[in-house]
Amino acid sequence: SWPVAAQTVPERTDPIVINDGELQLETVAPAPAHLEGALPELYSGWLFRDPGTQAMQTDDFENPGMIFVDQGVDDWNTPDGEAGKSCASCHEGIESMAGVRAVMPKVNAEGQLWSMEDYINDCRTNRMQAEALDWNGNRMKNLTAAISVQSRGMPMNVAIDGPARPFWEQGKEMYYTRYGQLQLACANCHEDHYGDWIRADHLSQGHTNGFPVYRLKQAALVSQHNRFRGCIRDTRAETFPMGSDEFRALELYVASRGNGLPVEGVSVRH
Amino acid sequence: MPRHAASSAIAMLAAIVLTGPAAAETASQDVIFAEDGSVAAPLSDRPGDAAEGARIYSDKGSGNCVACHVISTRTDAEFQGTIGPALDGAGDRWTEAQLRGIVADAKRTFPDSMMPSLYKTSGYIRPGDGFSGKAGTEPLPTLLSAQQIEDVVAYLVTLKE
Ligand code: HEC
Ligand code: HEC
Ligand code: HEC
Repeated sequence: SWPVAAQTVPERTDPIVINDGELQLETVAPAPAHLEGALPELYSGWLFRDPGTQAMQTDDFENPGMIFVDQGVDDWNTPDGEAGKSCASCHEGIESMAGVRAVMPKVNAEGQLWSMEDYINDCRTNRMQAEALDWNGNRMKNLTAAISVQSRGMPMNVAIDGPARPFWEQGKEMYYTRYGQLQLACANCHEDHYGDWIRADHLSQGHTNGFPVYRLKQAALVSQHNRFRGCIRDTRAETFPMGSDEFRALELYVASRGNGLPVEGVSVRH
Repeated sequence: MPRHAASSAIAMLAAIVLTGPAAAETASQDVIFAEDGSVAAPLSDRPGDAAEGARIYSDKGSGNCVACHVISTRTDAEFQGTIGPALDGAGDRWTEAQLRGIVADAKRTFPDSMMPSLYKTSGYIRPGDGFSGKAGTEPLPTLLSAQQIEDVVAYLVTLKE
């Protein structure tokens, strides 16, 4: 019951049609120039999932991630911390975040590369006098999910030049490093072998435009850094911590490989 | 005799009884690879057991070769990977020494191969402690023992077309 020959190009490249046509997300995009032919085309991770998993992402009532989006929106509107403010006190409706997910991570005014989680915690600690949220905690994942959905359909477009360049170079170096006792780089699986099966897993190009994703296996939202951690751990390597500078750099590089694919978050994966 | 010494002596005895006389094994750093990546001398003086090799081949916790390879007769394996070539007929294409070299350290036969080096202990980038995600200390235990390599090789030579 496995394919005899791997298909490098997915058999079908239909768009993801959400809520009976309310929104249509393309699943193929031209590869950005910086990839220099390393990928002939970009394919959404959705194309590599089984039909049942795919279907869940086409209806917001069936998409289990949407419950967490609702919880994130509630948090957005709820005052917290000594300043007595909510996110909405300054940013108003969460729709104001449209476009933010498509350009994350990005370099802040101080020249540091920040993920969305960093911007959220900066607002919480410095503007709300509230405690920082755990990188991988439910409240943080709910907020990043709620903010991501506001950009659904917008093409990923992270900046890789100017102040972002050194971070991008660092992430690229990591992407091609063969970590761990199994000596496997991200590129071994997601560039050289997407479309192939690694035992029961159908390898995708490993894009991040669907994050945070709802993973059926974990029955929870999964952040980008948690996914990276899992992939590196599976090479029998010492991983990097979530929220580390290394993972921010990797996040930027991986995001740039997907520049042009629409923001899908919250996507559903198995 | 202190109690813990007695019990560890018993544990040692039990281990010897369970595994039989210890086979002489070639340590990872002492394996001699020919220029083409092959290894002529068996890594253990106990002959490989092809049936055990077939089990290791598809066992997720040891060889897990099935993660990347297909063998058409292995309908017992629930999922077979497509990363590497199908191994049907591998016993026709390669000599026993070549197969031993490929299983022990495939990168000596196929430079830059994605196939892991199964009998290697050091020279890694951020080596981990198994699948824990935590740091490991080199030399790491080899992914397969010398005897397991011999068992897998004994199985591979039986793969004739
Ligand atoms: C007191 C005002 C205030 C509050 C409360 C506040 N923010 Fe902000 N937020 C800002 C300001 C000002 C910026 C712009 C900072 C900059 O550009 O350096 C910002 C930036 C951001 C950004 C980055 C947007 C971008 O385009 O770069 C995100 C994401 C964000 N806030 C999320 C949140 C969330 C989530 C909350 C609640 C948990 C929140 N903010 C609460 C004032 C606030
Ligand atoms: C041994 C193979 C392997 C390696 C090495 C590997 N991954 Fe993965 N990765 C997988 C598998 C299997 C999945 C789940 C199926 C899929 O989407 O490809 C996955 C999924 C992903 C996803 C989620 C894609 C989606 O659409 O949900 C991302 C992102 C990802 N990997 C990034 C990375 C990065 C970054 C690295 C290197 C640090 C890496 N992977 C290394 C096997 C690997
Ligand atoms: C992560 C993937 C992976 C795993 C796990 C793996 N292999 Fe391989 N194997 C490969 C690839 C890829 C090749 C092709 C050689 C190359 O890199 O060009 C290969 C080649 C081979 C060959 C030569 C193929 C031929 O017929 O020409 C044999 C034999 C082999 N592997 C046996 C094994 C055995 C036995 C195991 C487990 C103990 C194993 N492999 C585990 C990826 C893998």
